[in-house]
Amino acid sequence: MKKKKVVMDAEGIERSLTRIAYEILEENKGIRDLVVIGIREGGVFLAQRIGKKISNIEKTDVPLGILDITLYRDDVLTTAKKPKLGKTDIPFSLDNKKVILVDDVIFTGRTIRAAMDALMDFGRPNLIQLAVLIDRGHRELPIRPNFVGNSLPSSLWEEVSVNLAEIEGINEVVIENI
Amino acid sequence: MKFERKDILGLKDYSRDEINLILDTAESLKEISTRKIKKVPTLRGKTVISLFYEPSTRTRTSFEIAAKRLSADAVNITASASSVVKGETLIDTARNLESMNPDIIIMRHSAAGAPHILARLLKHQSIINAGDGAHEHPTQSLLDMMTIREKRGKLDGLNVALIGDIAHSRVARSNIYGLTTMGARVALCGPAMMMPREIDKMGVSVHNRMEETIQNADIIMMLRIQLERQKNNMFPSVREYAKLYCLTPDRIKMAKKNVLVMHPGPINRGVEIDPQIADGHYSVILEQVTNGVALRMALLYLLAGGK
Repeated sequence: MKKKKVVMDAEGIERSLTRIAYEILEENKGIRDLVVIGIREGGVFLAQRIGKKISNIEKTDVPLGILDITLYRDDVLTTAKKPKLGKTDIPFSLDNKKVILVDDVIFTGRTIRAAMDALMDFGRPNLIQLAVLIDRGHRELPIRPNFVGNSLPSSLWEEVSVNLAEIEGINEVVIENI
Repeated sequence: MKFERKDILGLKDYSRDEINLILDTAESLKEISTRKIKKVPTLRGKTVISLFYEPSTRTRTSFEIAAKRLSADAVNITASASSVVKGETLIDTARNLESMNPDIIIMRHSAAGAPHILARLLKHQSIINAGDGAHEHPTQSLLDMMTIREKRGKLDGLNVALIGDIAHSRVARSNIYGLTTMGARVALCGPAMMMPREIDKMGVSVHNRMEETIQNADIIMMLRIQLERQKNNMFPSVREYAKLYCLTPDRIKMAKKNVLVMHPGPINRGVEIDPQIADGHYSVILEQVTNGVALRMALLYLLAGGK
């Protein structure tokens, strides 16, 4: 039987992103050299929202980029279904930048491993920090996010999805039995 | 949708969804060639052999660069510098290459159907047709469609004029299949001797006069006069051909203001296309070449692994 539970609503998501935005600025002592890069698909809209919040607080625009990690995945040639390629759009060099990498859910950590490899092809950043809305545990690589909206211990047979107004028309985090 | 094919031999039986998937993938891959580090690790450990029995600069270089930008190992074989000159048959060459376990073989041959023989023979290798006789040249057509879609945002409903030696042109054949599948209207024009009989059964219109063909065209594709294939004197002289079928500044005035001029290359300047047009602002000839790398990266990506 499929059971669906909403674990975070629109306001909860909004509050978490606001806190993350402040934490990023506090940790990095301002906006200097900061760039925000979202991982397709879910991370892109969260990166835009965090970027907007940061820009509003500091009254300065922060550069935004989009990263598609498909070509760097460790299972790209072994999975039966070849994932659809999205466009990467990082129209600036990452040399000496502080990169805030944004994704919706961190799970095994393999996506982030791929994302870090991809970022290195765009220059040599000073540092990379990771912001996620949900940390659902079950890491398979030694990777830990710097900024977390909500830690959500989950079982492997559950599915955690972040629905965003930009795609699904509603802002919520749901957990389902599959 | 998922790409299910083992080989890419021709566009004859391709669906609209398949072509769109290829073009979308190519569009996403195009950005890699603009990076400072123009390489992604995707096809690490894959071996791509190109086996060319006919001369080529663009297609072969384009495939090699595509393979390398995806981190595959690319090996080039040119027939004139291989055991082919010692009399080895195509099938023996194929069997020998197979024994070295490549993943993808890209092939150009003067005989129509040669890549199809390889595709049937080799069970574990993907074959890409890089031009077989006067039959098909699917990767050229796909990069043409990518360029049109990029410039016009669509293919559906556009008028495309293909002008020149239709009979010898594999580019024309693949483009007729591809473009009509995508909903474009294709008009052909060329000397009667170079127009295959009953070609209108492929769903295209046939015209004799160049002027009437280009008037309605959104895209003009000029085909190369294949001087190396004119042994049986299909036209009296190059000069006479140019007089009737060269795309000149005067003729382009009759076309739409925003018409795109394309050519698969190599161009014969002053024969099928006037240098002023080839280098002018209507021309997207060099953008076709740029897109060719991205398009071929897409095909290698879609064929490799994931089976």
